[in-house]
Amino acid sequence: MRILVVDDEEDVKSLFEQKFRKEIHSGQFEFSFVFSGEEALRFLGNNPSGVVMILSDINMPGMSGIELLKSIRKDYPAAPPKVMMITAYGDNDNHDQAMHFGADDFLSKPVDFNELKVKLLNTL
Amino acid sequence: MEYFLVSIFLIQYVRSSLQTKTRFPAQDQILIYARGMSIALIGLYYVFNERSWFDWFWHIYTVSLLLYLYKNEAFQSLRSVIQSFIPFIAISVMRDLVKVLFPVTYDRIDYIFEVAISAAFILCFVIWFYARKQQRILAKEREERLREEEASKAQKQSLEYLVNERTIELTMQKEELQKTIQELKSTQNQLIQSEKMASLGELTAGIAHEIQNPLNFVNNFSEVSVELCQELEEEMDKITMPDADRDYIKGIISDLSQNQQKITHHGKRADSIVKGMLQHSRASSGEKEPVDINALADEYMRLAYHGLRAKDKEFNAALVTDFDAAIGKANVMPQDLGRVFLNLFTNAFYAVAEKKRLLAASGNRQDYKPEVKISTKKFDGKIYIRIADNGTGMPEHIRSKIFQPFFTTKPTGQGTGLGLSMSYDIITVGHGGVLDVDTVEGEKTEFRITLPIS
Repeated sequence: MRILVVDDEEDVKSLFEQKFRKEIHSGQFEFSFVFSGEEALRFLGNNPSGVVMILSDINMPGMSGIELLKSIRKDYPAAPPKVMMITAYGDNDNHDQAMHFGADDFLSKPVDFNELKVKLLNTL
Repeated sequence: MEYFLVSIFLIQYVRSSLQTKTRFPAQDQILIYARGMSIALIGLYYVFNERSWFDWFWHIYTVSLLLYLYKNEAFQSLRSVIQSFIPFIAISVMRDLVKVLFPVTYDRIDYIFEVAISAAFILCFVIWFYARKQQRILAKEREERLREEEASKAQKQSLEYLVNERTIELTMQKEELQKTIQELKSTQNQLIQSEKMASLGELTAGIAHEIQNPLNFVNNFSEVSVELCQELEEEMDKITMPDADRDYIKGIISDLSQNQQKITHHGKRADSIVKGMLQHSRASSGEKEPVDINALADEYMRLAYHGLRAKDKEFNAALVTDFDAAIGKANVMPQDLGRVFLNLFTNAFYAVAEKKRLLAASGNRQDYKPEVKISTKKFDGKIYIRIADNGTGMPEHIRSKIFQPFFTTKPTGQGTGLGLSMSYDIITVGHGGVLDVDTVEGEKTEFRITLPIS
């Protein structure tokens, strides 16, 4: 399963790679990392049908996670990837907005990786 | 005989109309003597068989009496009446003079003198009568003026009373206004203060958010490192190597793993503080949720303690906890109850710090040990929380006001006077509980919270 992680923090890449070492090693998950909303849209343009799941942060400089979500839902209505939003701790407004604009799921920081792993495996 | 009547009448008239007995006692005495003189003279007149030369005594006496009355300032108001006696006496004197000097002529014209004297005598009484009438009118006028005066006096008095009343009213209004101004000023100060607090709250929230992101990385990476250590250990088992080397390497891995666990542990601690800051700075959700009361109290006790420590490095106090483990979780509003704890603990720490400072300033009791104690107890469907300190305590007149909004004993700018009133509302209105206080001035203070649990 190809998963696109969108976060402006570059360390997220090595964190995910280490956290999901076994799954990546066994080929269950295949992670791609982009560091902004704009980059994410470009990536999706280049790989139109490959991405199954998008994990996106909401608070990012430039295009926010919510705007990215809106664009995805507008541009890819046919084969929609699943979108899971991640926000800072206990941010109710972002949660409601994300759900309103069609997010499939919602995680709050700090991310519980065990919970995330279970959710990703269920999606498989 | 006429002289006697005239003099007696004159004396009596002067005495009665001027009330000399009370107003001019000295002159009155003289008039009494004069009256005696008149009686003596009339007596002598008859003793001397009504001799005509005796009249000369009368002349001397009446002229001197008239002169005395005329000259004396006290009888000035009666001058017109006194004057009316002059013609009578003058004519009498003239008649006697003529009688002595020109007896022949006198015999011829004595009837003229008789008529003149009678006329003068009558004139005296006419003038007197007229004067009396005049005087009556005057007296009447005076009386009227007196009455008017009385009336105006009464009016003046009532006006004065009215003015007094108005003045009191105005003074009261002025005082009220001053009080209002004072209140407005203090409200303004509070507003500025709370505005500062609000911006500080926002700043806190911002800082907490900013800290949380890097903190998440610290926690996540340390966690994943622990996992990596485990994996490394598992991989080691697949390789053959000398046992000594294996033990040595495993020892290093175990140390690494332990270090990472320590990083995770302390990172989590920092995380909970940041969460507390966020929770505190956020407006209350107003919803009750199951909360571990002991943990909440402990967290805020430490927050308050470190808050004070951050401001005053010298500050130190023993934190004593006596938690009832049976409480478990209770349905409360955590942010609100947290605020109550924060206020009560901040006050407790302030009280012990203040007592220490006062004792140090007076130079005695260096053995004072500041102590703040929290105890919880669950009993009969209620949670009892006690926050006690051995600080400055409060006198009764302060104790009775501490739950009033804007009441503070702290120096200006250091307290809003809202902490305890807000706490009181949170406990009583928000949670249907009881918040009361027990204190001994100079010894201790104990706040007691009673929360019903449904």
